[in-house]
Amino acid sequence: MKLVIGIVRPEKTNDVLEALYRAEVRGLSMTRVEGHGGELDHVETYRGTRVQVGVSEKVRFEIAVSDDFVQPTIEALCEGARTGEVGDGKIFVIPVEQVVRIRTGEQDMAAVTPVGA
Amino acid sequence: MPPGINAGDTAWMLAATALVLLMTPALGLFYAGLVRSKNTLNTFMMCVAALAVATVAWAAIGYSLAFNGNAGFIGGLGNAFLHNVTFAPRQGTHIPHLLFFAFQATFCIVTTALVSGAVVERMRFGPFLVFAALWSVFVYAVLAHWAFGGGWLQAHGTLDFAGGVPVEMGSGFSALAAALVVGARKDYGRLAILPHNAVYVLVGAGLLWFGWFGFNGGSGYSTGAPGVLAFVNTLLTPACTLAVWFVLDMVRARQVTAIGAATAIVVGCVGITPAAGYISPGWAMALGVIAALPSYAVVMLRPRTRVDETLDVLAAHGVAGFTGILFIGFFAQHSWNGVSDGLFYGHAAQLGHQAIAALAGPAYAFCMTFVLLKAIALFAPLRVAAGDEALGLDIVSHGEEAYPSGEGAILVPVLPAREEAAPARVATAPATP
Repeated sequence: MKLVIGIVRPEKTNDVLEALYRAEVRGLSMTRVEGHGGELDHVETYRGTRVQVGVSEKVRFEIAVSDDFVQPTIEALCEGARTGEVGDGKIFVIPVEQVVRIRTGEQDMAAVTPVGA
Repeated sequence: MPPGINAGDTAWMLAATALVLLMTPALGLFYAGLVRSKNTLNTFMMCVAALAVATVAWAAIGYSLAFNGNAGFIGGLGNAFLHNVTFAPRQGTHIPHLLFFAFQATFCIVTTALVSGAVVERMRFGPFLVFAALWSVFVYAVLAHWAFGGGWLQAHGTLDFAGGVPVEMGSGFSALAAALVVGARKDYGRLAILPHNAVYVLVGAGLLWFGWFGFNGGSGYSTGAPGVLAFVNTLLTPACTLAVWFVLDMVRARQVTAIGAATAIVVGCVGITPAAGYISPGWAMALGVIAALPSYAVVMLRPRTRVDETLDVLAAHGVAGFTGILFIGFFAQHSWNGVSDGLFYGHAAQLGHQAIAALAGPAYAFCMTFVLLKAIALFAPLRVAAGDEALGLDIVSHGEEAYPSGEGAILVPVLPAREEAAPARVATAPATP
């Protein structure tokens, strides 16, 4: 089991969700985050004050999947989030020690397999 | 005081002019609430842009083309650059010509701003400025001449109290043309695009209604009976439209919606605009009921089409204006307006005069707007790039955000003048060693 973390552009969120749906990846969390990955900054001006906004808004997906689903998940994230410009985001894959489904107490593989799958 | 000027009329028209001017920022607030948060400022700024360019164009040439002389199609250039617009009374009124100009200017401004509702969230700001200037002259001034400036509609007996033809149908059918030329938003029909702040929409609608008392109440140019009738009808009609809209919402989805209510206020105000000084208060209430129905239908059906007429200017203004103009033909009452009866009171010809206006106004507005935007598109793209549309026009067009968090913003030191003109987006070196 792996935890796939994808940090993507907020305006590509819907494309990512569509791509994950098509890849039959169910079960995810998403959070609005702010961060910096060395991309282009933009400058804003309010009256005499000019500021350079260094951190940009991103959306962070967290998806726990069985090993067979790691590659399809990565492909779906890339397909949905890529624009080709700097700032498209990153994907991190982390091993997962244990998973528990709270409702039933199911563990590990049974817990990351969606109900009805 | 110059001879022929009435102090009471002048005092009221000064106030009414300021009331109508308020409608443009009110419209900006109304529109800004209806778009996504990333386009808030750009949407509002399109209305602010109308305050700038439509006023200048109106003073330079638009006013003269609308109100100088009685030619059929368009006025003359005798009042261009406010030549001879002075303290002497405007013909047919007891207020200074200069004040009459300013009152009419506020109409031109808000009408130009209205059209922006069709193209928000994707049109480039520069081409919009050019469009607003040209539209206020080639569409608004021409239609205003037809309906109030002694042009062919007015000469043939069409009644239009406060602008059903130039303001409401003019903006509504121009909006349809603009939406067709500029094209749908990238996300239209793919994503749920929701209004980002319904409170702005309600406050904007409330301020619009407030300003509309000057818009309709001032269109008699006096404190006399027509102005008073129009003022009171501006209270009655929208209230009835609002009540009917509640019922329609209840029937459709068992819930009365806030954005529906804001829309209903606008629809009611639009419906009474052409008829305000011509129909009895009782018929004004009936108009409020009737005007709700076609506009509600268009609001519900338009999103099922491919036409991204984004903020439903056609439904709220074009369709309700059409209803109001035709309603005069049926229910105008000489005993209330002192001008003419409608079909219901034995003067069937009035309905014919109204029907001609209800066809000619929209046809001209649609065609001319279509041509103007196609012409501008020959020189500059009308839309922002797809990536910028996704990012939001506040940052792309204005370099500001409506809701900046302040987090992570670094103060940029004041640079020497030469570098001050650097492009809005600068690359920084990656932080990695």
